[in-house]
Amino acid sequence: MDTNQYLEMFLDESREHLQSCNQYLLKLESNPDDLTIVNEVFRAAHTLKGMSATMGYTDIADLTHVMENVLDAIRNAKLQVTAEMLDYVFEAVGYLGEMVQDIEAGGTGEKDVTDLVEQLTRIESGERTIKSSQSEVAATVIEENSEATTLQYDEFETTVITQSFDQGYQVFEVKVTLREDCLLKAARVFMVFEILENNGDIIKSVPSVEKLEEEAFDQEFTVVMITNEEAEGIQSKIMKVSEVDSVHITAISKQSLEDGKRHQEEKIARTAKETKQSSDVTKKDKKERPAQTPAANRTIRVNIERLDVLMNLFEELVIDRGRLQSISTELHHPELTETVERITRVSGDLQNIILNMRMIPVETVFNRFPTMVRQLARELNKKVKLQIVGAETELDRTVIDEIGDPLVHLIRNALDHGVETPEERVANGKPEEGTVKLSAYHSGNNVFIELEDDGAGVNRERVLAKAVANGIVTEEDAETLSDKQVAELILASGFSTAETVSDVSGRGVGLDVVRNTIESLGGHITIESTEGQGSLFQVQLPLTLSIISVMLVELDSEVYAIPLSSIIETAIIHQSDVMNAHSQRVIDFRGNIIPLLDLKEVFELTEEQAADEDYQSVVIIRKGDKLAALKVDSFIGQQEIVLKGLGNYLTNVFAISGATILGDGKVALIVDCNALIK
Amino acid sequence: MTEIAQQEITKVIIFELMDKEYAIEIDVVQGIERVMSITRVPKTPSYVKGVINLRGVVTPIIDLRERFLLEPKEMDDRTRIIIVTLENYDVGLIVDGANDVIDLPLKAIEPQPQVVGSVASEFISGVAKVEERLFVLLELSKVLEPIKAEVK
Repeated sequence: MDTNQYLEMFLDESREHLQSCNQYLLKLESNPDDLTIVNEVFRAAHTLKGMSATMGYTDIADLTHVMENVLDAIRNAKLQVTAEMLDYVFEAVGYLGEMVQDIEAGGTGEKDVTDLVEQLTRIESGERTIKSSQSEVAATVIEENSEATTLQYDEFETTVITQSFDQGYQVFEVKVTLREDCLLKAARVFMVFEILENNGDIIKSVPSVEKLEEEAFDQEFTVVMITNEEAEGIQSKIMKVSEVDSVHITAISKQSLEDGKRHQEEKIARTAKETKQSSDVTKKDKKERPAQTPAANRTIRVNIERLDVLMNLFEELVIDRGRLQSISTELHHPELTETVERITRVSGDLQNIILNMRMIPVETVFNRFPTMVRQLARELNKKVKLQIVGAETELDRTVIDEIGDPLVHLIRNALDHGVETPEERVANGKPEEGTVKLSAYHSGNNVFIELEDDGAGVNRERVLAKAVANGIVTEEDAETLSDKQVAELILASGFSTAETVSDVSGRGVGLDVVRNTIESLGGHITIESTEGQGSLFQVQLPLTLSIISVMLVELDSEVYAIPLSSIIETAIIHQSDVMNAHSQRVIDFRGNIIPLLDLKEVFELTEEQAADEDYQSVVIIRKGDKLAALKVDSFIGQQEIVLKGLGNYLTNVFAISGATILGDGKVALIVDCNALIK
Repeated sequence: MTEIAQQEITKVIIFELMDKEYAIEIDVVQGIERVMSITRVPKTPSYVKGVINLRGVVTPIIDLRERFLLEPKEMDDRTRIIIVTLENYDVGLIVDGANDVIDLPLKAIEPQPQVVGSVASEFISGVAKVEERLFVLLELSKVLEPIKAEVK
C-alpha cells in the first residue's frame, strides 16, 4: 500500500494523539482513581495503534499495543495506578514521540523497544495475577447486572419502551463487538445501524451516535431497538457485516426494565452522567444529526506552505496595488480612483484575514512543557508544579516556530537554578513543592510570555562574583549596579551560574543564547528577581514577524529598512557634534556617549569624503541597553513591510537580517541592528 | 540514471558565456528572465550581484563570468538571468545569452577533459560534441556552493 500521501496526516494526528496521551497521563497522575481519564489515554493510544499498523510502522504499533494492554487493565480495575507504572507509560509515550519524529525526518520509525515492552508486559501480567481474585468479583457483578439490563433508561425512553410492549413489539439490546483489527469502525457502525433501522426503530445507543461516528469507542457498542422481528434473524443479518466479531442480543422485559430502573436509582450519583449522555441520542436527536455533524467539525487542516504561497501571492497583489494607486493619482480619473480605493479596502481586509489564518495558539508550544517539567523534576529530585495560563493566546506561526527553544531553556534554568530541593524549601519555610508559572498574554502589538518561579531567586553576590571573574563587569561597576541589572547579568554572554555542571544545564549553552534568539526576533527579555522569593522572566515578542514596521533610509541610491523595534529616535546632528574617541567616532546623545557608525562604510558603498555635509541624519538604535547611532543619507519614511528571507544560498550575510519588496517592485534589505552593536 | 539511459537523450538549455556554449539540464531550470533591477547585498563575494524580486520571492543572482573568473562584461539586450533550483534554494545565473534548448544524446557526453578553456575544471561535469558545436556541461552544485558567512 502506498502510504506516502497519508504520511503527513499520519504525522499530524500521531502528534495530536501523543499530546493527548501526555496530557491525560499527567491528569491521571494527580487523579489516579479517575477511570474516565484512563479511557481517554486508552482511546488515543488505540487510535495511534491502528494508524501506525495501517501505515506499516510495526514498532509503534507493538509498543502502543502493550501500552494499551496496561491501560486496559487499569480501566478494568485489574491494575492500580502507581507512580512506577506511570513512569513506564510516560517513557513509552516519549519513545513513541521519538519514533514519530524519526518518521518525520524521513526515517523508518524503528526503535529497539524490547526492554520497555517487557517492562510493560511485566506490569500488566505480574500485577494481574495478584489482583485476579478481585477481578473475578468484578466480573460476577457485571454478569448479575446483565441479567437485568446493562443500560439505564431515562423517563422518556422508558415510556417509549413500555408503550412498545403494549403494542406487541419487542425491545432488544443489541451488543455488537467489532473485530479488533477493524479498520473502518464508523463504516461498520453505519452498516449495522442501517440493518437495524430496516428491521425496526433504534431508540438509543451507547456510546452515543456522535461518539460512534467519531470512532470514539473501542470494539463494542450497544444499540437498543424496537422491532417485531426475531432476535436470531437480526443477529444473522448483522453478522453478515464484515469485521463484526460477535452480536449479542438481549430481550428487555418489563421486569428487567423495572429492575434496571431500581438499580439506576440506587446509583444516582454514578448514572447522572451516563443518562445525560444517553438521553442525547433519542430518536428525535438522531434526525438532527446531519445538521450537528458538520458543526462538530468546522475546521480544515491547511498545509502551512500553502499559506505561505497565499501570502506571497497576496504580497504581489499589494505591490501592484501600490502601482495602481500611484497611477490613479497621476491620472485623476474619478472612476479609476474609486475602483482603486475599493481594491485597497478589500485587499486590506484580505491582509487581515491571511495574517489571522497564520495565527496559532501558543498552546502548541506550551503543550510539551508539562511532560518536560515532570521529567526534569524527577531527574533533579525536585517537586515542581507547572501552571499554564493563557495557552490560547495566538501568535503568528513565524514566531511560534522560534520561541520553543528559548522557552525550553528558560524552563530548564528555572528548574535547575530557580526551584530549590524539597528539603531546602521546607527549611526556608516554603511549601515542599515549587511552582513554576508559564503565562502568555497580548498587550498592544506585542505578546508577553512570562515564566515565574517561587525559587531561590538571583543571588546578587554570587552573580556579581561570577560576572567580575568572567570579565563581564569591573569590580567598581559591580557596586553601582541595581538588583535588576545584576539579575540581567545572567543573560550576558559567557555567563553560567551553574556551580556544578548538571545534566540539565550542562549543554554548553547559556542564557545568552536565549537573549540573542529573542532579540533577533525583535523582542526583549527582562528579569525581575527577589532573592529567596523567586524570579520572573518576561519575554516580549512582536505579534508577527511576517509584517514589521520599518524606517526606510537612503544610502546613495540604495534603500535600506531599519526595524522600528530597534529604533529609539531619529535626529539631525551637526558635524561639530561628532567627536573622536579611541579612533571611533562618537556622539553625545542625551548625556550618553554613543558610537556613530556610518552605514555607507558598513555596507561598503563608495563614499566621497568631500560630500561630508554640515548636518547629518542619524538613527539611534539599541540592542538591549546599548545604544549606537547610524549615519544615513536621508530618511524616506516609516512603512509596514513584508519580511522575506534571503534564501538558503545567502546565509548569514553580515548585518542584514532579510529583505522586503517595496512598492516599486524593488528589493530593499533589512538592517540587522543587533549585529551592528557589539 | 537508468531512466535517462533508456531515453538516451537529455534535454539541456544552452547558454553563452565568453563565446563558449554551456549546457545545464532543463530539470533544474525554472525560467529565463531578462535583466531586472538587482539590489546589491553588501559583504558578499563580488560574483554575487545581489538579489532580485522574482515574482515575490527574493532570489540571489550570481554573475557566472565573475564566478568563473572571466573578464566582466556590461549587461546588454542579450544578457539573461537563468533561474535554477537546487535542493533547497533558487539562484539566478547571469549569462551572456540563452536561446537554445536541445536534446543532447548521452553518447555525446564525455568526461571532463583536463583543460577546458579557462573555467576551473571543478565546475565542469563533462563536455559534449554535437555536430560542430562543443558544449560544456556544468556541475551546478559546485558552482553554486552556498555562500557561508564572511562575518567581519
